[in-house]
Amino acid sequence: MTRFAHFWRKSVDGRAAILYLLPSVILFSVFVFYPMFRTIYLSFFLTDQTGNAAIMVGFENFMYLLGSSEFQNSMKATGLFVLYTVPITIILALFFALLANEKLKGIGFFRTMYSSTMGISVAASSVIWLFMFNPSIGMFNRLLSVFDFPQIQWLLDPEWALISVAISTIWMNLGFSFLILLGGLQNIDEHLYESSRIDGAGYFYRLRRITLPMLSPTLFFIITISLINAFQTFGQIDILTKGGPSQSTNLIVYSIYREAFINYQFGTASAQAVILFIIILIVTILQFKLGERRVHYQ
Amino acid sequence: MRMSLLSKIWIYFLLLVTSAFVFFPVLYAFMISFMTGPEIIQGKFFPESINFENYTKVFSRLPLMNYLLNSFIVSASVMLGQLAVCSMAAYAFVFLKFKGRDFIFFLFISTMMIPWEATMIPNVFTIRKLDWFNTYQGLTLPFFALAFGTFLLRQHFLTIPKELHEASQIAGLSRFAFFWRVVLPVSKTSLVTLGAYGFLTTWNMYLWPLLITTNQSVRTVQIGLKQLQSQEIATEWGVVMAGVIVVIIPTLLLLFLGQKQLQKGLSQGALK
Repeated sequence: MTRFAHFWRKSVDGRAAILYLLPSVILFSVFVFYPMFRTIYLSFFLTDQTGNAAIMVGFENFMYLLGSSEFQNSMKATGLFVLYTVPITIILALFFALLANEKLKGIGFFRTMYSSTMGISVAASSVIWLFMFNPSIGMFNRLLSVFDFPQIQWLLDPEWALISVAISTIWMNLGFSFLILLGGLQNIDEHLYESSRIDGAGYFYRLRRITLPMLSPTLFFIITISLINAFQTFGQIDILTKGGPSQSTNLIVYSIYREAFINYQFGTASAQAVILFIIILIVTILQFKLGERRVHYQ
Repeated sequence: MRMSLLSKIWIYFLLLVTSAFVFFPVLYAFMISFMTGPEIIQGKFFPESINFENYTKVFSRLPLMNYLLNSFIVSASVMLGQLAVCSMAAYAFVFLKFKGRDFIFFLFISTMMIPWEATMIPNVFTIRKLDWFNTYQGLTLPFFALAFGTFLLRQHFLTIPKELHEASQIAGLSRFAFFWRVVLPVSKTSLVTLGAYGFLTTWNMYLWPLLITTNQSVRTVQIGLKQLQSQEIATEWGVVMAGVIVVIIPTLLLLFLGQKQLQKGLSQGALK
């Protein structure tokens, strides 16, 4: 009895912890862990219309996907999209953050401008860009005609559609990347610059030798987040192109969405979801492996 | 040491040009929202007159007021839910000693590696089984637990001096009183950051409301925009842009007010 009382008293933190952690644990179990395992499970089955597993097919869904030109195309488009968007977004955001980090009068106004796209939803941004890409009344084709360049069917041309979506996506993601990078820049210790100024080091020397190395943890973080975000792109595709023309913008999440909720092929959709999960896992692990070596922590 | 005048001018020039480029699409949409059909086709940048006809039209075409209210309820609920759930978890990780703490923390962090889109198919089935289609709880509850939020608050809670915890125990404060009356007030800045972040991301959420709202009862503004865009296309861009402006104003305001806070808070969460 005393032993029990002792145990009871000693575990009081543990019991409180259960209470404090319970909401998170329940929600994560129901909406993250269970559906992840369920997705893996479903990827080995053919399903009925309501999404119940019907026939076990082993790896057939995956085999089917790897052999289907549609899925190969989707993977290729996703890869290209990541390549088009991530480096440019980060370079632009870094450039803006460096500018906005200067101590000048009215700099707060510019910071607000640069970060503004973070406050604009994907749906709203997409509608604005849909108008700007409009072949007859949109701004881009008007500009082209002013300079007597041939018109481009931005979102309707399979050659251009992915690039157009990428351009709009770069704009949408600028605000967030900018805010993170500016925050990183402001965390750099002022004293580091002061000593280098005495030595008479130029701006670009300081950038290369002090700013970028000190910013590397933030850069590393924003690269990881941007990569993951790019793989998860959905809203702009749904509004701008619906995966077309001739599937040139059928990025993986849009492909999953279509397969599951329009074609009701939950088995193959789940297999695609598993592939998405694996890709993101690999990206994250690679990032951390590479990052550990490159990143300079204070 | 001060910047030379020349480099100052040069930097101002770059700031002006690039920020104008970045903000241009929003300004353009704002201008279009005051234009009539013929003006838009002529390709003007400034509207001939400021009239709010497009705005009254957009409110009559769509139950936009309802959608705005829905978005507000959903975003505010997720914000409050996240603050409650994440701060409780973060408190347990920092101030309570228990077996398996590191393991559970690792489990939390591992959820960051699971893309939400990879789990959406079973989640839709779960919502269907619970009969939560077209309900606020279906739109909000799945997002209450957030590893990033827990992590962000944990980082802040770790900076609270241990002496404060000990003193509160000696003073006979209960765990909950310590949590509620000491930990939370001290961490106001992180709570504000997380709150603004939660509100913003929820307001802008697109795929989940698209999946689980099938009628207008709890539909959010983002899906309203999709509706508007597919109904009105090629005909009345002015009305569509009026809708866009109405939808982005609340989040833009929130961002303008909380930009400093967000930038500081988010980069702290990112780094430590």
